[in-house]
Amino acid sequence: MHKLLTDEPGKKMLLLGNEAIARGAIEAGVALAAAYPGTPSSEISLNFFQMSQESDLYFEYSVNEKVSLEVAAAAANSGIRSMCIMKHVGLNVAADPLMTLAYVGVKGGLVILVADDPSMFSSQNEQDSRYYAKLSGIAMLEPSTIQEAKEMTIQAFELSEQLEEPVLLRTTTRINHSTSAVTLGKLTSPKTKGKFTRNPMRYVTVPVVSRQLHVRLLENLAKAEELANNSPFNSLEGNGKWGILCNGVSYTYVADAIQDLKIKDEVTLFHLGFSHPLPRQMLIAFLATCDRVLIVEEGEPVIEEAVKAIAQEQKQILAIGGKGDKLFSRLGEFNPALVRKTIAHWFGVKDRLPPNESPPAPDNLPPRPPTLCAGCSHRATFHAVKKAADDLDVIYPTDIGCYTLGMLPPLGMADFLICMGSSTGTSAGFSKSLDKKVVTFCGDSTFFHSAMAGLVNAVFNKHNFTLIILDNGTTAMTGHQPHPGVDMEKLGLSGFGRIDIEEVVKALGVGHLSVIHPFKLRKSVESLKEAFAFDGVSVVISREICTLYGKSLKLPKRRPFYVSEKCTNHKDCIDQLGCPAFFIKKGRVKIDPIRCTGCALCAQVCPENAIRPLKAS
Amino acid sequence: MNVIRLMIVAVGGQGNLLAAKVLGEAALLTDVPFRMSEIHGMAQRGGVVESAMVFGDANSSLISDGEADILAGFEPLETLRALGKCNKKTMVITNSAPLPPFAAAVGEANYPDQYEIQQKILDKAGTLKSFDATALAIEAGNIMAVNMVILGALSRTDLLPVSTESITETIQNKTRKNFVEVNLKAFALGYKQ
Repeated sequence: MHKLLTDEPGKKMLLLGNEAIARGAIEAGVALAAAYPGTPSSEISLNFFQMSQESDLYFEYSVNEKVSLEVAAAAANSGIRSMCIMKHVGLNVAADPLMTLAYVGVKGGLVILVADDPSMFSSQNEQDSRYYAKLSGIAMLEPSTIQEAKEMTIQAFELSEQLEEPVLLRTTTRINHSTSAVTLGKLTSPKTKGKFTRNPMRYVTVPVVSRQLHVRLLENLAKAEELANNSPFNSLEGNGKWGILCNGVSYTYVADAIQDLKIKDEVTLFHLGFSHPLPRQMLIAFLATCDRVLIVEEGEPVIEEAVKAIAQEQKQILAIGGKGDKLFSRLGEFNPALVRKTIAHWFGVKDRLPPNESPPAPDNLPPRPPTLCAGCSHRATFHAVKKAADDLDVIYPTDIGCYTLGMLPPLGMADFLICMGSSTGTSAGFSKSLDKKVVTFCGDSTFFHSAMAGLVNAVFNKHNFTLIILDNGTTAMTGHQPHPGVDMEKLGLSGFGRIDIEEVVKALGVGHLSVIHPFKLRKSVESLKEAFAFDGVSVVISREICTLYGKSLKLPKRRPFYVSEKCTNHKDCIDQLGCPAFFIKKGRVKIDPIRCTGCALCAQVCPENAIRPLKAS
Repeated sequence: MNVIRLMIVAVGGQGNLLAAKVLGEAALLTDVPFRMSEIHGMAQRGGVVESAMVFGDANSSLISDGEADILAGFEPLETLRALGKCNKKTMVITNSAPLPPFAAAVGEANYPDQYEIQQKILDKAGTLKSFDATALAIEAGNIMAVNMVILGALSRTDLLPVSTESITETIQNKTRKNFVEVNLKAFALGYKQ
């Protein structure tokens, strides 16, 4: 049985933040969940996917975040509890349904989990998704601890049904990827079938309907503010004259700092958990008791600007510190010492510890960047593209996935990237504005997610570029989730269709289409040259399973290779491919037989034919 | 209860997260407050994996620069890279067997020598225990058991607020059945260091 289905209320279990959120949803009786994977939220959907195979929960990996929210929105409007999970940039994709869904509202609880990534551990930006709560006018909860993440998930469903609006549950990486003991609650069996009563004047958002719905949304927002003023997730600790207001994970840093600095008696700590709409009455009362206030929030000065406006309306004159006066940065995540030092500075107390006088960590250490795996098919494709484009002046817009790592030397195959699916759209723009050959890459999952629309656009508008679809049979980067091109029968799962990328591309009327197997280097280079020479939109599907995924599926292993005596140290293998199975010992090139997957790419690159398969022992 | 901050650093694939999980489960077993934060971005693709663990009466699960009580490294270069977390009282336990990153493995960058690594650690931290945990893992029966060897060495220190018994019990109950014997042996070998 899946551990998150354990039916032992009161039991303490060590859970990752993402597991605690998934458990909270199960305790709340979630019946439907949909997601496109995205770190730092990925483990929530992974756990749902696993649990759906042994419970009444319906879970789907949707093709992208927009679709996942539409799926969940309809389920919630049929009266069943639904959840939608995404990373912060995923909410940009889902922003269109979100904005009008807020007008329409829901019947069954709908919780939208959005995971921000301050410091960008695995993201292309560090946008602050709290603005989406304000932009759409829906309520938002932000957990500070792992236990609270579970409780808030449950309460988010309750709140959603109370307000008949979706609720945003907003986390940051340090909640999603932190672990602590969590006390389990009771499981609720989900209500899996709902009811929809036809009422176009309520559910079909033509202007005349939406004008009424906007009124409804604003009334709901006022109701939500009342609830925020009385929410247990908004609490005050202490009754000193120094006010500290904080949200999310910053609360834990502030609580530690108050303890470390021994300033408990001086401080009133406002712990903000129900953070949109802001609990205005509570904030007014809080400001009235304080001499001086510090606002501790990662990201943008969302709370700070609102609190300053409230103080102005109340004609209260007091110092309110935060980002405006550069006490805190809008860049990156906070940490306990940073918060403690800033509190000490703002309130004029001595920091418990002497300033960190020790020198910083040694620099000039050889870096250890993540790299494409030994035997990664993307390396082979990139190498073949490089060979095929040898005499061309090329720009390589790319897309989001493992293959983005192709930007690193020695491959260097990435020139432009903004978001999921941008490969095809940006290629169109470059092909119109540059006298260069445009060659772009996208993965199979990214193709379905949003790059496909750019390809349709390119065919219609007669753009001129080559799209290489890196079809490795999975969503590799986020941990091998399925996508619409995956044969689910092979995973032992029934009830799924399958969309063949090759057939899709053909059906779109792309002028030139070929399929390559990238470990066959010479043939691949030939096919690529033909595609590059084509005037118009050409597509090359590079088909080879993700080696890491293949390992987890226990596919038969190929024999590893070794460097024979014939090697004369050209080092083309190392210099051109950068495969991590290579190393140099006593001046000679070697291959680690444990890491080598037997892809044979290097053997085809070696000018001396010195790289040979190991004989079966 | 005293707050103890333990930082574990490793190369992806060395089993850092399992080691941290064992410590967390052992803490849970003995009612020691425990929080952990991990950064495992692209661990499977050869990157660095960090686990920050905070035992005792604190709220945060993150360790700031200069604030680790213990730094444990499964790979010497990564221990060195994480030295910013240390102060003059920090106890450092590290594997001395290198896993050179690609640039160093192919001679495009220099891997610092063992003496230099130890000097730099001692310049910054309080104490250092450095030994070949990889060799001990192999001796125990599996090179992948470096994490259990380091756990053994960690358990030997009196700084860690979880008992050796609760850790071995956790290894027994929470690690994969066919690895338990090797894991316990590796743990015992590390403990003797």
